[in-house]
Amino acid sequence: MHKIKAVVIAATVVVAIAAVGTAVFLMPKSSLTEERLSGKLTIAGSTTLLPINEECRRLLMEKNPELRISVSGGGSGHGIKAAGAGEIDIGAASRDIKSKEMEVYPDLKLVVIGKDSLAIVVHPNNPVNELTMEEASKIFSGEINNWKEVGGEDAKIRVITREGGSGTREVFETYVMKRFGREIAGAASVKPSNGEVRATVSGDKNSIGYVSLGFVDPSLKALKIDGVEATVENVLSGDYPISRSLYLITKGEPEQLEKAFIDYMLSEEGQKVVEDNGYIRVK
Amino acid sequence: MEVGRAEKIIEKVFFISALSSILIVFFIIAFILKESIPALALGWNFFLGMRWYPPHSQFGIFPIVVSTFVVGIGALAIAASIGIPASIYLAEFSPGWLRNIIKPCVEMLVGIPSIVLGFFGLMVLVVFIRNSFGGYGECILAGWMILAIMTLPHVVSISEDSIRAVPKGYKEASLALGATHLQTTIRVILPNARSGILASLILGMGNAIGETMAVLMVIGNPNIPWIPSSVLEPVRVLTSTIVIEIGYAVWGSMHQHALFALGVVLFIIVAILNVITTAVIRKGVAGIG
Amino acid sequence: MNIKEKIVKGGLFVSALISVVVLLIVIGYIVVNGIGVISLDFLLKSPYRFEYGGVFPQIIGSLFLVALCLLFAVPLGVASAIYLAEYAPDNVITSCIRLFVECLAGIPSIVIGLFGLVFLVYYLGFGVSMLSGGLALGFMILPWTVRASEEAIKAVPRSYREASLALGASKWQTIRSVVLKSAYPGIITGILLGIGKAIGETAVVLLTAGSGLESFLPRSILDPVASLPVYVYMLATQGQTSAAYSRAFGASILLITMFLVMSISALFLRNRYIKRMSGGRW
Repeated sequence: MHKIKAVVIAATVVVAIAAVGTAVFLMPKSSLTEERLSGKLTIAGSTTLLPINEECRRLLMEKNPELRISVSGGGSGHGIKAAGAGEIDIGAASRDIKSKEMEVYPDLKLVVIGKDSLAIVVHPNNPVNELTMEEASKIFSGEINNWKEVGGEDAKIRVITREGGSGTREVFETYVMKRFGREIAGAASVKPSNGEVRATVSGDKNSIGYVSLGFVDPSLKALKIDGVEATVENVLSGDYPISRSLYLITKGEPEQLEKAFIDYMLSEEGQKVVEDNGYIRVK
Repeated sequence: MEVGRAEKIIEKVFFISALSSILIVFFIIAFILKESIPALALGWNFFLGMRWYPPHSQFGIFPIVVSTFVVGIGALAIAASIGIPASIYLAEFSPGWLRNIIKPCVEMLVGIPSIVLGFFGLMVLVVFIRNSFGGYGECILAGWMILAIMTLPHVVSISEDSIRAVPKGYKEASLALGATHLQTTIRVILPNARSGILASLILGMGNAIGETMAVLMVIGNPNIPWIPSSVLEPVRVLTSTIVIEIGYAVWGSMHQHALFALGVVLFIIVAILNVITTAVIRKGVAGIG
Repeated sequence: MNIKEKIVKGGLFVSALISVVVLLIVIGYIVVNGIGVISLDFLLKSPYRFEYGGVFPQIIGSLFLVALCLLFAVPLGVASAIYLAEYAPDNVITSCIRLFVECLAGIPSIVIGLFGLVFLVYYLGFGVSMLSGGLALGFMILPWTVRASEEAIKAVPRSYREASLALGASKWQTIRSVVLKSAYPGIITGILLGIGKAIGETAVVLLTAGSGLESFLPRSILDPVASLPVYVYMLATQGQTSAAYSRAFGASILLITMFLVMSISALFLRNRYIKRMSGGRW
């Protein structure tokens, strides 16, 4: 009996420590400045916007310790659906709203907070540096399935794509696949976030995928399309053919906290975050 | 009199609590079914349709169901070929101290959260398969191995229990007739433990088919589900399709209904496997008794 | 003949060994890759992106979720078990209850997640929150608490009850002061095993409770909440740097440790309980 009591006491102690820890963690760091924002805000959707949302969340929460902002991914489709259904406060999308979605969620309000493009990416050790738009569409539709056909090694190409709701996929299909009347191959592996595509491509020498410009880093190689490099400058000048808007979406007009977040995103500080993360500012 | 009434009330409270399980199951079935009826109403186009491609409103689940069974059965075959000999060893030949080490270790395998196993699979198995067998790495074989690890403890644990449950008299009689220990195990003990072992396999299969996260992370999930022709190909199973697509399926669309219908199909498959397990165990108990 | 037997026995032994080796490889790999990241900072700081910070909100979030889940499942489960073991007449309703408990135990977690999403998150309007997550986990472990408690209650020898009843105690008094008192280590064992199951569950929490990367602690049960398994899922799939991977391994170690603590306490309690039931102490 004593040992059982000991276990119960130990459990109580653990819970107590957790509770105290919680209290300490929750204590406002300072309580001087006036007019702090407080409450909770949930943001989800496009993984293209994830790094920007995450950084703005951190900066805003540093200024307003009473604020609790939850940022997650899920893809543009998730952002639109979840905002429309009232599951979250702000949805993030890297594509326009489809007519099907507009029918179900007619009262969505969109704000453009930045611009972006996307890059076709391969493993850094892949000798291929450049593709034409048509070659890219053939690779992603499965018509070309060996790297040697586009000047690489003799190895089977592994195509990585995003899930059906993704904004990045939508934009990729519009600019690359539909122009040539092709569709993404059935065999392509589906990865439900930009991060996952990046992780997969950077870990598999024979794979190819597409990610938001903001996700291109040294672990990947962005291919030139029709001889043009995927950079912010080339997107701005119009040389690089793909460009898209990034949206924050609310159901109806944004309420206080939602407005505060969107306004922050559009402020000088927020736009700097957009720029620093490799996207294109709109202000 | 007062005491008697209080007793009655207490009994009622317990009774109502006990009904809660019925209520929860009822709600689960009602809500999932309600959300899936438009898709189930597609009838054969849904159940036997060969193409699942939501952008074109094609919702045929046949390839997904086949892939699910391929993944489940393969995993089970691996788990059985290791687990059954292991359980025979533990029940019949192992010295007590060794059994006391091995059995808790095997049972501990149950406790490794599936997400952790999936992560291990992604970091180790996928890379290993890609480097040594070629292909993409994320494939049926990776799913088999991960699921085999997850079902192994169930198989070992239940099979061992059923082997040990064979009455001692059978064994002694056989040994007395001059059979060796091994002969006795194969000819007398195993046939009598058959139903328990079978039950452990069917139960393991149910677990493997219902498993979500670990499988999702290692099987590759092709853009359009297909019926695989090699173990190095990626496939889509019921659970992984639900997790990937439920996030963006527009609420109230056929896509969302179809995903809930996948849930119904999964539920039914697992329920059937569980019913068979129970029946097999009952029959086995009756046989031994 | 003898050699053949030895070979067969050797084969059987190797199979048994494989099970242990697999366990050692998996745990060894995770510990080797994750132990480096575990520090006070990792345990007490909030995460920032994938590569920075710690998992304090994730740990607390997981504990909160499990606590909510127990708050729901334990009273209901134990009460159901008392009914089934002590009161239930042998009739259709009782077998119905048993059937549904078994049925609930067999429902795949992703289906419970779907149900949580449509019923708790949307229909009842709880949103993606700690409440939704905790209740959904509660649905999941309810049948396990019922089973374990019922077994524990049934294992209490009939003579205890008879003695108590003979002394003039009512049925409820008997259950409360005799049966539950003897059965409670068994019940707690069942609950501990349930906690082990709930704490590692990912699919349910992913659909109902939050993104896993929340850097704050929930202040109401309607706040979204972070949890260790979802954190591991996010980092494992979306991270690609070694900093992110080692964090995922570190969080995995924490998850496994929590499970081990639960199951070792359960094992310990069970052994004591068996000893006592076989007449050691009473």
